[in-house]
Amino acid sequence: MQQIVNFLIKYKNTLLFLLLFFVSLVFTVQSHAYHKSKFINSANFLTGGVYNWVNNIEEYFNLKEYNTRLVEENKYLRSRLGELNNKSLDTVYQDTSSFDNPFQFTSAKVVRNQYVNIDNYILINKGKHDSIKNDLGVITSRGIVGIVEESSAGFSRVISILNSNSSISVQLKNTNHFGSLIWNGKDPNIVQLEEVPRLAPVKVGDTITTDGRSFIFPKGVPVGVVDGFNLDQNQSYYKIDVRLFNDMTNIGYVYVISNKNIDEIKSLELNE
Amino acid sequence: MNKLLSPNIIRFVLLVLLQVLILSNINFLGYLNPYLYVLFILLLPFTIQQWKVLVYSFLIGIVIDVFQDSGGVNAAACLVAAYFRPNILKFTFGVSYEFQTIKFYQTPFGQRLTYISLIVLIHHFVLFSMSYFNLDYIVEVLKDTLFSSLFTIALILMVMVLFRKKNR
Repeated sequence: MQQIVNFLIKYKNTLLFLLLFFVSLVFTVQSHAYHKSKFINSANFLTGGVYNWVNNIEEYFNLKEYNTRLVEENKYLRSRLGELNNKSLDTVYQDTSSFDNPFQFTSAKVVRNQYVNIDNYILINKGKHDSIKNDLGVITSRGIVGIVEESSAGFSRVISILNSNSSISVQLKNTNHFGSLIWNGKDPNIVQLEEVPRLAPVKVGDTITTDGRSFIFPKGVPVGVVDGFNLDQNQSYYKIDVRLFNDMTNIGYVYVISNKNIDEIKSLELNE
Repeated sequence: MNKLLSPNIIRFVLLVLLQVLILSNINFLGYLNPYLYVLFILLLPFTIQQWKVLVYSFLIGIVIDVFQDSGGVNAAACLVAAYFRPNILKFTFGVSYEFQTIKFYQTPFGQRLTYISLIVLIHHFVLFSMSYFNLDYIVEVLKDTLFSSLFTIALILMVMVLFRKKNR
């Protein structure tokens, strides 16, 4: 007994070091697995508050850029409105469900944005109080941003598409060939599209959009254009570099998308 | 006790805020950031017990981690740096450290630089190997360690010149 106590006293620093190192190792491993980092998370009152406070000052420097984006989006929406007015005269709706849109949008502001690490996260200023839950899609008027991973009362943490854990199903706009969007950690403007079959006709400059198979994003949300491509080792799939429409280094305001039918779809998937 | 504690608490808060609000957003050449908060571990008093050094270093690391959503990466890096601190102190300052008579700002420049560089290199190497967490990225780890360390060491030296009189 005496010896055990002596041993503990003698090596107390090393033991303390090993204990704390083990704790930080657990946190690190959790952060590298999807949906696991519950404790070490910037979506809380303190860190969210600090970032929000600084962002309130910072956003004045970007107002001009955000205004230009808003005008562009308004222009696009107005041109769509014109199409709609022409159509509605010769269309008869039987009931509201025939033109009801299952997707609902909530606007939010990015209070912190990362893009230099290999696992990047974005913090937005809406949380559970604004009905933001896990697994909702996040987009801007230009393209996709990521998926909500964790929310507190007033803030949510979003897994950016610039994250090694992120994998989003997208398609070629023209041909419906789909693949998954990942990131190799190098350039924040270029992401990689994998698993597109060799048969697909890929050209530089082709548009990539979401394919709606995950029910997180609606079909047809813009992602980017093909920047270059080559075949993988087996010569059966393309590896495509996609240049994003979004400037991931300056995001500004985002829309969080919730699908009203997601519970119904999930329960159907479970029954299978 | 109070005399020893209060400058360290102020330093803790200031360095954390400086790190997460400004220094982590520099992204020099696209990816380089200095990690000035290591200065907290460097400047912890030499007379303090080792277990306290470990706990304080772990604390500053985990606070930075919460702000940056990086899991336990910074905490682990600080912990390793703090664990080797006594050995490095003994190696660089030699006998005067054993008798605990030295004052940090009165040591020769060369010794001080060795002490800073060794701690910063250890911290950055652990930091980047943990954040990539993949052997495929070993070149990136070494590259980031080297360049970020140079950046951090330069910044630490500048800060120490600027605040020299206050700390004496």
